[in-house]
Amino acid sequence: MWTTTARARALALALAVVLAVVTAEDIGRIKEDDPTGRLKVYVYELPLKYNKNIVAKDPRCLSHMFAVEIFMHRFLLSSAVRTLNPDEADWFYTPVYTTCDLTPWGHPLTTKSPRMMRSAIKFISKYWPYWNRTEGADHFFVTPHDFGACFWFQEAKAIERGVLPVLRRATLVQTFGQNNHACLQDGSITIPPYTPAHKMRARLVPPETPRSIFVYFRGLFYDTSNDPEGGYYARGARASVWENFKSNPMFDISTDHPPTYYEDMQRAVFCLCPLGWAPWSPRLVEAVVFGCIPVIIADDIVLPFSDAIPWDEIAVFVAEDDVPKLDTILTSIPTEVILRKQELLENPSMKQSMLFPQPAEPGDGFHQILNALARKLPHGKGVFLKPGQRVLNWTEGSPDDMKPW
Amino acid sequence: MMKSLLPQSQLRRSAAAAASAAAARSSGGASGGGGADGVSSDAGAGGRAPATSTFWFLLHALCCLVSLFLGFRFSRLLFFLLFSTTALYSSTSSSSSSAVLRATTTTTTTTTTTTTTTNTFTLSFAAGSNPPPSNPSNHSAALDDAAGHTQSHVVVGRHGIRIRPWPHPDPVEVMRAHRIMERVQEEQRRWYGVKEPRHVLVVTPTYSRAFQALHLTGLLHSLRNVPYPLTWIVVEAGGTTNATASLLARSGLTIVHIPFPDRMPHDWADRHATENRMRLHALRVIRERKMDGVIVFADDSNVHSMELFDEVQKVQWMGAVSVGILAHTGTADQPRLSEEDKQNMPLPVQGPACNSSGQLAGWHTFNSLPFTGKTATVVGEAAPVLPRGLEWAGFVLNSRMLWKEADGKPDWVKDLDAVGENGEEIENPLILLNDASSVEPLGNCGKKILLWWLRVEARADSKFPQGWVIEPPLEVVIPAKRTPWPETTTELSSELVDTKPDQEDRRLSRTNRSSRSRSTTKRKEN
Repeated sequence: MWTTTARARALALALAVVLAVVTAEDIGRIKEDDPTGRLKVYVYELPLKYNKNIVAKDPRCLSHMFAVEIFMHRFLLSSAVRTLNPDEADWFYTPVYTTCDLTPWGHPLTTKSPRMMRSAIKFISKYWPYWNRTEGADHFFVTPHDFGACFWFQEAKAIERGVLPVLRRATLVQTFGQNNHACLQDGSITIPPYTPAHKMRARLVPPETPRSIFVYFRGLFYDTSNDPEGGYYARGARASVWENFKSNPMFDISTDHPPTYYEDMQRAVFCLCPLGWAPWSPRLVEAVVFGCIPVIIADDIVLPFSDAIPWDEIAVFVAEDDVPKLDTILTSIPTEVILRKQELLENPSMKQSMLFPQPAEPGDGFHQILNALARKLPHGKGVFLKPGQRVLNWTEGSPDDMKPW
Repeated sequence: MMKSLLPQSQLRRSAAAAASAAAARSSGGASGGGGADGVSSDAGAGGRAPATSTFWFLLHALCCLVSLFLGFRFSRLLFFLLFSTTALYSSTSSSSSSAVLRATTTTTTTTTTTTTTTNTFTLSFAAGSNPPPSNPSNHSAALDDAAGHTQSHVVVGRHGIRIRPWPHPDPVEVMRAHRIMERVQEEQRRWYGVKEPRHVLVVTPTYSRAFQALHLTGLLHSLRNVPYPLTWIVVEAGGTTNATASLLARSGLTIVHIPFPDRMPHDWADRHATENRMRLHALRVIRERKMDGVIVFADDSNVHSMELFDEVQKVQWMGAVSVGILAHTGTADQPRLSEEDKQNMPLPVQGPACNSSGQLAGWHTFNSLPFTGKTATVVGEAAPVLPRGLEWAGFVLNSRMLWKEADGKPDWVKDLDAVGENGEEIENPLILLNDASSVEPLGNCGKKILLWWLRVEARADSKFPQGWVIEPPLEVVIPAKRTPWPETTTELSSELVDTKPDQEDRRLSRTNRSSRSRSTTKRKEN
């Protein structure tokens, strides 16, 4: 009864519908790839003064939020993507812990970090030919400090210094990410900061505990020790949150350090993630792991693994100028959208990708970094230089950084 | 930083006026004043003609005086004016125009709060205004790098703290937020809660007395909060009354109001027996009407937690929960307990006891030994009221257990008709079973106490207005003994007698209590 063309058309329509349904389901899903077999990483053997000795001097480095640089090294040493033959490697990893020189209060001092990095690169370029082959374009470094490879904690001076010149061609794996910023160079991979996965998992409450807090935030609003005049810290956004919403019953915000911080986040619908001195913070990781919708107040921020995780579907973005209208914005989000975001956050692979558990697990942050590196393969034409061609300027930078380490 | 500003800025004497701080914004002269304070502007202006240096000195002195007057560093204020305007110069025009609006609305606040931290005066000015006519390109390097590096509109430097004119919650939005949370919690229940919520049948024996409205209102509100479909079966001793019916009708719940012919006796032992018979009567009604669901025995004076209703959804045939027993003492004399008694006295909980493998091993019951001889016998007596053995409130049944025929009905359940027929004492629900060991312990094997048993009653002869409505208005007037206002004199009262004769006559005629004096009546009118 049906003609062949009509039948074909019907079939095509059915197929289109099926595809649409399938892809519709995929919207909001994180990319779950397996990096094993897609890339090979060679780990340089540097003298212990660059890595192990530093950690031995101050074991606090293993638990602060910059600990990814150490754990990434340990992960790669026993990973399936590691190759002992550098000639077949796609990527080269240099284990130098630049964020492990801590003050007595535990803050990393990065004054010597550029020198440490330059010294490490001089070492690998001397004993292996692979650096000079590409001037670092197939090398990656983990620089988890506040402003990445600018190696300074204050934004103004970090921008002045810029990314360390010798790292200009390398791929930087860093926590800092902001569009059009001097400290985020093209091709960098943004990752979440280190959070203690075992501690967070030990404090999970039953999922049927009703979410009875509307908006939750714990942290500083004014940094009186570093910014006594006000207006510098968080570009005034955190102070704005406090001044506008301190008397609002729907906002549970304070500078307290409650012992039930993790449990409270699991009872909240929205968790504020405003910028501080830098736009990134472990709050985002905590919000995702505890199923609380992150409200990102940081203009132009680049979120971790943004090519694998569909942040637009999951998080709520509020411009810093719109902070006074935050309550209107949050209450006018349609309920279906909120429920969908919570559904997406429930996905265990989402939570897994933001964590760096010890030992490593499939789908975790380490694997996401490898996925991101694999996505950059195969290397483009500009990567391999002609013999004798030099692009980087080794004398560029401040005179203090030129000193040997 | 300030040194570079000085040579290019256009100085105007108008900058000197303190009140014209706003006007000074547009003039570049502000920067001169700012630089004069603190920063060694003299060094920067070195090499000028003596006339200009004296001018600078005068300006400096003037700014010092102004600062003294205002109470904060005037120069810093002006400095930030300029600094923030250039900081926001690269931002989009729309934001700066809205910022201007904000600036104008908040300027008034700053002058009054100069003694507070500098945060406050950042409010009004840092929002920026007209960009300075000369945009000096040789501004500080830090500022430039941030803005000039690429087309980023995010600027490093000082920003204003944006506060809206009325930073208080909007009630409409608060309601919307609550509705969002309700919906989120509903979704959570759908995801993690009970998959197929079963109907809850609540059996309550009651009777009309002074505390009935108190108890039933509390229970009513508890039941209204239960998120499952619910039917409230109220058995009333002495027949149904309008007062009870109207109370139940206002609840908005599905009610089955059953009359019970016998009146409620006045002593506790008989009252317990009658209540048990009332409950059995309710069970028979459930059986007749083939009502389906989980039966919860909610006595009107008990207090129930919401988790109880979540927990009873899990019952298969018959379950037991832990009940906290609140044996209230009406007077200040607590039963004198010896030290030994205090140590040996177990917690006042009735419920299932489990062995280590989580199976029912026995029962915890209330230890009434310390109270022997001191318990209340008559309802309303000021003495502890104790439960008897196992209270019905701690048990939940699957209504299908009572039906004549039901799929999967276990054999250890007695037929309901066989129970209570020979007039035997119906102590607790275990008599419905042949084998009491098949009762399921609920609430984490009895560890969680889900409801509390309490008996609070007024004396049986205590009066209360019918339906708690005062109709007609009160005629009995008791003079207040200790009013804060002075008692009226008899002179005044005689005046009032003349002015309001009619009212008084009417009142006097209605009430035949001659013992009341005239003065008493006047006092009432006052």
